[in-house]
Amino acid sequence: MSKIRAAFENGKAFIAFITCGDPDLETTAAAVRAAVENGADLIELGIPFSDPTAEGPVIQGANLRALNGGVTTEKIFTFVKELRRDVKAPMVFMTYANVVFSYGADKFISTCRDIDIDGLILPDLPFEEKDEFLPLCHKYGVSLVSLIAPTSEKRVAMIAKEAEGFLYIVSSLGVTGARSEIKTDLKSIVDVVRENTDVPCAIGFGISTPEQAKKMAELSDGAIVGSAIIKLLEKYGKGAPKYIGEYVRCMKDALR
Amino acid sequence: MTNPNGRFGIHGGQYIPETLMNAVIELEEAYNYYKNDPEFNKELTKLFNEYAGRPSRLYYAEKMTKDLGGAKIYLKREDLNHTGAHKINNVLGQALLAKKMGKTRLIAETGAGQHGVATATAAALMGMECVVFMGEEDTKRQALNVYRMKLLGADVIAVKTGTATLKDAVSEAMREWTSRISDTHYCLGSVMGPHPFPTIVRDFQAVISKEIKEQIMEKEGGLPDAVIACVGGGSNSMGSFYNFIEDKGVRLIGCEAAGRGVDTFETAATIATGRLGIFHGMKSYFCQDKYGQIAPVYSISAGLDYPGVGPEHAHLHDIGRAEYVPVTDDEAVNAFEYLSRTEGIIPAIESAHAVAHAMKLAPTMDKDQIIVITISGRGDKDCAAIARYRGEDIYE
Repeated sequence: MSKIRAAFENGKAFIAFITCGDPDLETTAAAVRAAVENGADLIELGIPFSDPTAEGPVIQGANLRALNGGVTTEKIFTFVKELRRDVKAPMVFMTYANVVFSYGADKFISTCRDIDIDGLILPDLPFEEKDEFLPLCHKYGVSLVSLIAPTSEKRVAMIAKEAEGFLYIVSSLGVTGARSEIKTDLKSIVDVVRENTDVPCAIGFGISTPEQAKKMAELSDGAIVGSAIIKLLEKYGKGAPKYIGEYVRCMKDALR
Repeated sequence: MTNPNGRFGIHGGQYIPETLMNAVIELEEAYNYYKNDPEFNKELTKLFNEYAGRPSRLYYAEKMTKDLGGAKIYLKREDLNHTGAHKINNVLGQALLAKKMGKTRLIAETGAGQHGVATATAAALMGMECVVFMGEEDTKRQALNVYRMKLLGADVIAVKTGTATLKDAVSEAMREWTSRISDTHYCLGSVMGPHPFPTIVRDFQAVISKEIKEQIMEKEGGLPDAVIACVGGGSNSMGSFYNFIEDKGVRLIGCEAAGRGVDTFETAATIATGRLGIFHGMKSYFCQDKYGQIAPVYSISAGLDYPGVGPEHAHLHDIGRAEYVPVTDDEAVNAFEYLSRTEGIIPAIESAHAVAHAMKLAPTMDKDQIIVITISGRGDKDCAAIARYRGEDIYE
């Protein structure tokens, strides 16, 4: 069983997103450990990008703080290698195509394998462009995670058929960030996904409360939370890991 | 020139969030239908001619020619179009297309404000809602254009993220589009972004080179030796080059904004200083650091202050069909003043980059050779900024 699939074997999965280097890598390490210890099944590590076009203001802020703090792709690789000594939970990178491309796709993806990164989420790499990195992901055994959006319609089946790792279902139109209400007919999307693949699917974008997480996980195999965690980092900085631990526990409890 | 998957050589493509994929597919299908629709083309030609004032003049700059003492210089007067720049060509095309697609709202990014003004104008004309995203820095540099957009009924959103310039305005417009697709068309202002935008914008701007060709044949009985235009994203230059691409004897020269110089960090000369990358929906050349972080570019010209270049330009550069040269702030400001004094034509500071290069090139050419410079816009909007550059504070 792939490590990503294992993340979905412990009831409904809780997936936590944390931007590397916000405000520094020591805090990121503590935040990841706090999330894992409190029940996070999979960690999405964000590699910051200067112009994150799929992000709302909260995660944009995290990207900016991280880059201003001097974090680089290189430093993040070293950091993950360190982290992997004790953190065994599945981890994927979330970043933008240019970060991978510019580093050298082969070098980037082979390093992912070397440091035990299980997958790659690139919000600006749709189905039509995935051949940019897919052959290398196959070569090095790194899952290229696909996204499905509320507007995907007829594309859902096509994307699901070729899904790897897990499927990231975007709950709402727009960018990342908390929402009071999620109106998309996610059940119909998940139904089509189920008909076309046995790869697990999790819902993200706009989820911040345990009630929302529970509702989303009932529809799918898990819930992905980013902005709500980043808000804790924004508020508490280096002191955030403690609060992240508490938050993750409360969210995972809602999914049990 | 466009491959079916929206590639120009290795450049182009559709590197955008899944949320937008069906929107660009719908746009491509609509465009492929309407571009061959006689009714659509009739309406667009009418708008071009009756509303925008096309064809624009090809003017023989006799004084400039004599003063520089070399090649004969013609100016393609896109500055004489309604709203004062070439941007209206693309906007009328896209707004008409959006209307046919049943969209009721246009959103746009703008740098200098010319594309924003053009979009607000088309929205007013066609009874559509309009929201323009503009970097906060640019709203200060181009306050007059902000007022014009508001006067035309558009909402102007000052974008405060990143460098608060054109690239951030594009990012914010893309974010807005992902949140509201069904009634909204993103009226992208240059030959950039995901397929099909680079092709659509190029086709609507190609009227520039179509007219240049007809006009120069009539005036000179032959093709020009060089066509020179400024390049930010590259829409006026792509429009000026397009119908000459197959005419190998015509040199195509794009002038990039070098800002304070290509050996400084304060530059926006993408082809001179950038590297291959993936950003804003396309693979092309971008100013970026070794980790792929997009560089905070700089130019005195808000319209050229963009860290990338359209994918077709990147391809024309790769195959050596077009040349791209950097022009500094200083050279552009000198050219801005020179054309004003010599021909009584105040060019946009963007277009002044092309004039500056022509001033270097013309004296090296023979008197029977011909240069066409595209004056992509008028310079009224720039007067206050240029005055400041020269140390004079004036009220707008």
